[in-house]
Amino acid sequence: MVNSAVAGVAESGARPRSTIGILRLPRAQRRALVSYLAALLVWQLGSTSGRWLGVELPLLGRIPAPSDVLGAWSHLIVDPGYWQSWLASSKRVAAGFTAAVLTGVPLGLIMALSPPVWDVVFPVFELLRPIPPLAWVPAAIIFWPTQELSIDAVIFIGAFFTLVLNAVSGARSIDPRLIQVARSMGASRANILTRLVLPAVLPSVVVGMEVSIGITWEVVVAAEMISGGGSSRGASSGGGLGFFIWNSYVGGSYPQIIVGMISIGIAGYLSSAALRVVAARLSRWNAPYGGRA
Amino acid sequence: MSLPESRLDAVKTPETAFQGIELVDVEKTYGQGARTRTVVRQCSFRIDPGRFTVMIGPSGAGKSTLIRLIAGFEPPTSGEIRVGGRPVRGPGKDRQVMFQETALFPWMTTAANVSYGPKARGEFGPEALRLADALTARMGLERFRGMYPAQLSGGMQRRAELARAMMNDPSVMILDEPFRGLDSMTKRLMLEYYATYGEASQRTNFFVTTDVDEAIFLADRVLVMTHIPTRVRAVVEIDLPRPRRLAALVDDERANALKAELLAMLHEEAARAFAAGGKETADFVEAYRRHHSSPPSATRDGS
Repeated sequence: MVNSAVAGVAESGARPRSTIGILRLPRAQRRALVSYLAALLVWQLGSTSGRWLGVELPLLGRIPAPSDVLGAWSHLIVDPGYWQSWLASSKRVAAGFTAAVLTGVPLGLIMALSPPVWDVVFPVFELLRPIPPLAWVPAAIIFWPTQELSIDAVIFIGAFFTLVLNAVSGARSIDPRLIQVARSMGASRANILTRLVLPAVLPSVVVGMEVSIGITWEVVVAAEMISGGGSSRGASSGGGLGFFIWNSYVGGSYPQIIVGMISIGIAGYLSSAALRVVAARLSRWNAPYGGRA
Repeated sequence: MSLPESRLDAVKTPETAFQGIELVDVEKTYGQGARTRTVVRQCSFRIDPGRFTVMIGPSGAGKSTLIRLIAGFEPPTSGEIRVGGRPVRGPGKDRQVMFQETALFPWMTTAANVSYGPKARGEFGPEALRLADALTARMGLERFRGMYPAQLSGGMQRRAELARAMMNDPSVMILDEPFRGLDSMTKRLMLEYYATYGEASQRTNFFVTTDVDEAIFLADRVLVMTHIPTRVRAVVEIDLPRPRRLAALVDDERANALKAELLAMLHEEAARAFAAGGKETADFVEAYRRHHSSPPSATRDGS
């Protein structure tokens, strides 16, 4: 605690007393802002290169300028259809991801803790694991009664394998002495599971969740593009962000494509950040503040 | 690090019926076929009730294996281990182990660690709470109840672990090089503290070390173990009067004679291990050589 207090003083002391708001931000956020602005500048210059350079730069010269994208976005922000796309994709990610956590983490624990289960499950698991989630799309459409469930199932596949593997490695890394201590104190198996195994695997499960929720956003967009997003009501209705991007492309509204892409970036960023906050709460013991050791 | 010695009687005295631990022709073999490795062979000894038995032997000799067998974490390949007259069938709260490095539960505060045993057994009541408070106070950890192990110093971790083990009122405390890895000052303090505690509690202690000074300071009886596959090479009674002081032992003639005797035996075993390719033993051989070539005054640490 002493350390963090000292760090706090040092930080506020080093902070320049500027009247410009940006300079009063903490250093890391100041750098992040610089990074965003620099990216925007390169993008703006590149995409307008045809005009000021006379020659279109490769790649960058063909995409809509940030000013056009912001223009398109300012219209979409008041369009309920755009937000419905957000909602539709978020719901699918939440459904597929939650199902994957609820099944993948327990499966990983059982596989790690029981050699017979491992011996039986792992060969099949390892055979299915390399199949890309998108390869499951046609099969999912055939197998599941509704298109919505097909998309959820593909998202589930995207998150499932990573979650299982992280739970396995977490459970395998438990210090056996901790279990021995508990056993010699007469703790039941249930107590060892809830008080020792679960907290011990939590950090690696959370890492698995962070990685796999990123994958779910990749998957949801592609699945929506391929399957038509479960809606036929048009470009900005409830077909999800993937469908939104695809429809913008088909409709020739290129700035909207970029809006859709950045929206997904933001969604992925936010969901990972939320997981990190939860993780920090749950494993306070893992990050010694004011450590004395 | 001031410890309230006046509360020594806060800890219960062990049950008088305990008859100690007996190992009869214990053998432990790992692996199968060509990769078989016998770690313990024809090993027989007693751990007498109410006494401080120290096991000493070269690194990698199989001492930790013996501890796992006595604790019941693993069964012996053959032979028998009896605790209080009954063969060991698995771990039990009558035998509490303190490991080489901290084995506190990292996600529990000091208080939660200390009270884990009774809580896990569903026996946590007002009496256990009083015992937990007394032990926490005795270990000088009152101010650190709410802290996680990573926030404690090495010495505090060891004391918290000791308190956690004591909460289960074990018949025997088994300690596997418990103070290894502590800085030398903390180690001395912990040793003196543990000895004071042991003298007051009359509990049965089984202490494993590779350090001769540690062994002589603590022990009523020292078991000198052979190189792997390990068995007892010699039993040496340490007849030094108690209470003992670490600093005083440096000048004590009897203590130095015992030390020379133990070192000579250990040197042979370590040399054997070294010849067999054990890598940690090179350390010991070097330390032994230095001990015998330097003048006595240089080995004193002046405390």
